[in-house]
Amino acid sequence: MSVIPWLVLLAPLAGAAIIALVTRRTHSLSAFISVVTVLISFVCSCIVFAKPEISVTEIPWIEIHGFLRVPIGFTLDSLSKTMLVLVSGVGALIHIYSLGYMRDDPGNSRYFASLSLFMFSMLGIVLANNFVMMFIFWELVGLCSYLLIGHWFERDSAAAAAKKAFITNRIGDFGFMLGILMVWGATGSVVFDDIIPQLWRVTSNPTFLTICVLLIFCGAVGKSAQFPLHVWLPDAMEGPTPISALIHAATMVAAGVYMLVRVGFLVQASPDALGVIAWIGTITAVMAALIATQQDDIKRILAYSTLSQLGYMIMAVGLASGEAAMFHLFTHAFFKALLFLGAGSVLVALHHEQDIWKMGGQGRNLFLTFITFGVGMLALIGCPPFAGFFSKDAILSLAYNRNPTIFALALLTAFLTAFYMMRLFVVVFFGKPRSSVARTSREAPTSMLIPLVVLAVLALIGGFNFFARHFLTVPHERDAAQFVPGLALVAMLLGATGAIFLYRGRESDPFSLAILRKKFYFDEFYRALINATQELPARISAFIDRWVIDATAVRGTSGATWSLGALLRLMQVGNLQAYAFIFGLGIVWIIYFALFR
Amino acid sequence: MLLLVTFAPIVAAVLIMLGLPARTTALAASALTLLTSVLLFFGFDSIAPGFQFVFTIPISTELRLNFALGVDGLSLLMILLGAIVLLAAVWFTGEIEHHENAFYACLLLIAGGAIGAFASLNLFFFYAFHELALIPTFLLIGIWGTGNRRAAAWKVTIYLALGSVILLVGLIMLYRAVPSSARSLDLRVLQAAASAGQIAPAMQSSIYLVLLIGFGTLISLVPFHTWAPEAYASAPAPAAMLHAGVLKKFGLYGLLRLALPLLPDGARHWSGLLLVLLLANIIYIGLVTIAQRRLDWMLGYSSVMHMGYIFLGIASANILGTTGAAILMFAHGLSIALLFAITGEIRKRVPSLDFDAMGGLAKQMPLAAFAFGLGVFAAIGLPGFSNFAAEIMVVFGAFRNGFNYQHFHIFQWAAFLALWGVVISAVYMLRAYRRAFFGSSPEPEVVVADIRSGFRFPIALLVAASILFGFFPQIAVQRIAPAFRNYFTASQ
Repeated sequence: MSVIPWLVLLAPLAGAAIIALVTRRTHSLSAFISVVTVLISFVCSCIVFAKPEISVTEIPWIEIHGFLRVPIGFTLDSLSKTMLVLVSGVGALIHIYSLGYMRDDPGNSRYFASLSLFMFSMLGIVLANNFVMMFIFWELVGLCSYLLIGHWFERDSAAAAAKKAFITNRIGDFGFMLGILMVWGATGSVVFDDIIPQLWRVTSNPTFLTICVLLIFCGAVGKSAQFPLHVWLPDAMEGPTPISALIHAATMVAAGVYMLVRVGFLVQASPDALGVIAWIGTITAVMAALIATQQDDIKRILAYSTLSQLGYMIMAVGLASGEAAMFHLFTHAFFKALLFLGAGSVLVALHHEQDIWKMGGQGRNLFLTFITFGVGMLALIGCPPFAGFFSKDAILSLAYNRNPTIFALALLTAFLTAFYMMRLFVVVFFGKPRSSVARTSREAPTSMLIPLVVLAVLALIGGFNFFARHFLTVPHERDAAQFVPGLALVAMLLGATGAIFLYRGRESDPFSLAILRKKFYFDEFYRALINATQELPARISAFIDRWVIDATAVRGTSGATWSLGALLRLMQVGNLQAYAFIFGLGIVWIIYFALFR
Repeated sequence: MLLLVTFAPIVAAVLIMLGLPARTTALAASALTLLTSVLLFFGFDSIAPGFQFVFTIPISTELRLNFALGVDGLSLLMILLGAIVLLAAVWFTGEIEHHENAFYACLLLIAGGAIGAFASLNLFFFYAFHELALIPTFLLIGIWGTGNRRAAAWKVTIYLALGSVILLVGLIMLYRAVPSSARSLDLRVLQAAASAGQIAPAMQSSIYLVLLIGFGTLISLVPFHTWAPEAYASAPAPAAMLHAGVLKKFGLYGLLRLALPLLPDGARHWSGLLLVLLLANIIYIGLVTIAQRRLDWMLGYSSVMHMGYIFLGIASANILGTTGAAILMFAHGLSIALLFAITGEIRKRVPSLDFDAMGGLAKQMPLAAFAFGLGVFAAIGLPGFSNFAAEIMVVFGAFRNGFNYQHFHIFQWAAFLALWGVVISAVYMLRAYRRAFFGSSPEPEVVVADIRSGFRFPIALLVAASILFGFFPQIAVQRIAPAFRNYFTASQ
């Protein structure tokens, strides 16, 4: 029995509560409390990680014997331990970075309180030992995401993006909850360890199983922003950049992948569902990469690249390799957080100018940012020996062995990734500064640079076996053809050199493909869909309610009203009190006669 | 103790009318009520069977009438709700321009009547206490309301009076359904008679239907709901808090206390109809709520919609669903009270509650925005608030009813649609929150004052209660579930 896992979870919650209740007016103190609690969480996570066996008592949350048992309890296996260290570690770095980034923000306390609440919720997902507890924290990270995307709520775009993110996630969670209900209905439990022995009840009916898995997958589609619920993530870039790094790149959006691996015992049992999952991941990876090639906002390009990389992870889950998915999740957390933090450092230097065509030449002004961003970029496009090379190669080999079509599309995505990232890199850091802020930019404060350096080191070594094997089983496709990494390298080199060739020294984008700039018209399509399926029925219902039900009811009761009114008029009373009093008397009278006479 | 809880508000109301200082007396009485009901709640023995803290005064042996009070977990939770919302409502009452003492007396009577009804073990007093609470509601809307208050007061009077009369007919039918030797108005006697099978199934169906319509009108079950949004839009905030938060739960409480255990065959017979009506409450009213263009009407409709979930718990007719329904009554009472309270404060400060004329209030009223946000997230069932725990139990309970994995039964589809309702409620609540509080203000130069910092106490009270049972629902479950276990084993 150990309290340390509880400390991991509850330290950030305590931080959030203290900030909300006590220190909300003292910004520097709030930030300090938030950083301290996340560090406590990180240290305790490391202790948990190092200990082989830890027993933790669980608390009954809801328990009705014979019906439902939902405990608050922990799963502590190698998967969750790795995630604990990863989440609290990256979280701690981003807390430190935020000290500098949010220094002058008037909503500083609110920011740090939400950030601490997020750490609590995310660690809760990682630790959950049952579906309902996972769902609880799943929804809570959605809340934190809402609060942090809408941090600058006076901006209409931020308020709209926050709402969109929450509701899109709710749609995914609708399916998730339904899937949980079905699994519970069949096995009688929501606790993972109790479901496993009863799993045959689900697997004995393949259709039922496929539906269950796909419904649960809906949750991951929402949270990990997969096609067709991917639309919220690019808009979520309205939030502060450290949030984009932590929540919308490294941790929360990866929760969908983590969840699918956590319930792998269920997901991996259905080949049909796995096929759908693999294809959803592939479609997302290709689609997002295509859109990214034509975006001009630095954060949006990174957001689409996150979508695309999450697509890779989901693809790996669908190809029945949780290991490959987790490996890519692991390395991606480092280099994508690094890229976002680097972008944040550029944005601070340029006074929040996000258009890459107004940047240029930042390599000289922001040297450290330039180097670290370069490391992140190389890791993302899968350049050896950076982390992304190993994990992407694992997924490509997997795809090569399982499904040639998916392999070809994954290779295409690798090419596109190299292309758009090199485009971004060349346009931002090389050439001449294209605006006045870009000419006078200066490097960010130290608290922002330390996390950049740490993450750059991790992005460099994160993929090597000597490092990664401490954290997870590094996947190894034994039969993978030797030329797969070669092909991946060729795709990467083609993309990168193509981008250098096309974009070096340009003043503006030489291409303009409307369909990619408009993101395949998803937003427009959904707006029309919502109008047709929600706004229109809503107006019709409101009309019926007002002019049919209410009107009829009023007319129907008017007879009764008139007789009552006439009666009361006879009694010549003019005010409501008297009516009410007489009404009460009448009732008592009726009861008396009906019952006792 | 139970006598104290029941009569403290009523006695205080009388004292206020006799001339004691209104606000102080009301606050003291409601604080006393809350304190006592907390003591009752935690002093309740969740293992001992049956009603506890029973207090009886025989009135007439020949009429077999006695005044009996007693509680189980269900009634105790409702009493706690009444006491919490009463204190918050009294606290939130601001300046009353005329007849201040009558206003406070009315508030106390609503809560006292509701608490009395929850604590009564005798149907006569169960009904009479509710009537006692209903009348001040009409007065509060008609006299101190806003907007088209006369029309709203009339409408609510007609509807609720009609509902009460139908309910009365149902109760009389129930009384007469038992063989004359066993007739009684005492719940415990009726319960024994019902479990001995003395109420014929055919009789049960007709009584259940009458009770469902009677109670349903009081609870704003579709299609008897159109009084609710209008009444809540016109009512002064404390009245809306107490009615939507507490008094409306009387009808649901009645269904749980009378209809389910006494008329199990009737409940089974009409479960299809009830499912259709409650899904109309969730989906149809949910859509109507989306189309609302005013904050107060939106909240009124949302409160109608959420009744659907409580009905779903009742309809599922198992311990899980009914326990969930009971906790949801409590949870909804707290969250809707908070939302109405803040809306009332906003109404005093801005010219219009039209979404098109609102915006950016979070900048000017940070405390109100924070409190309203808590109410919004509680109402849409965010984990951490008791609404979530309750909705989980309701949905799981409904899903469990008749589950078969070859094909879905009607209850599984109901659970499915009810879950979609959760998405709908997120849509309208977050849209309203954004339109009212976020974005830019329509008239940035007009200064809007935040709510008084003294109001932090009632806000904290409502939120803390919701969070306590949201984090630790088992505290409520272990007290409530045994009551229903008795019901379902007794009736089956």
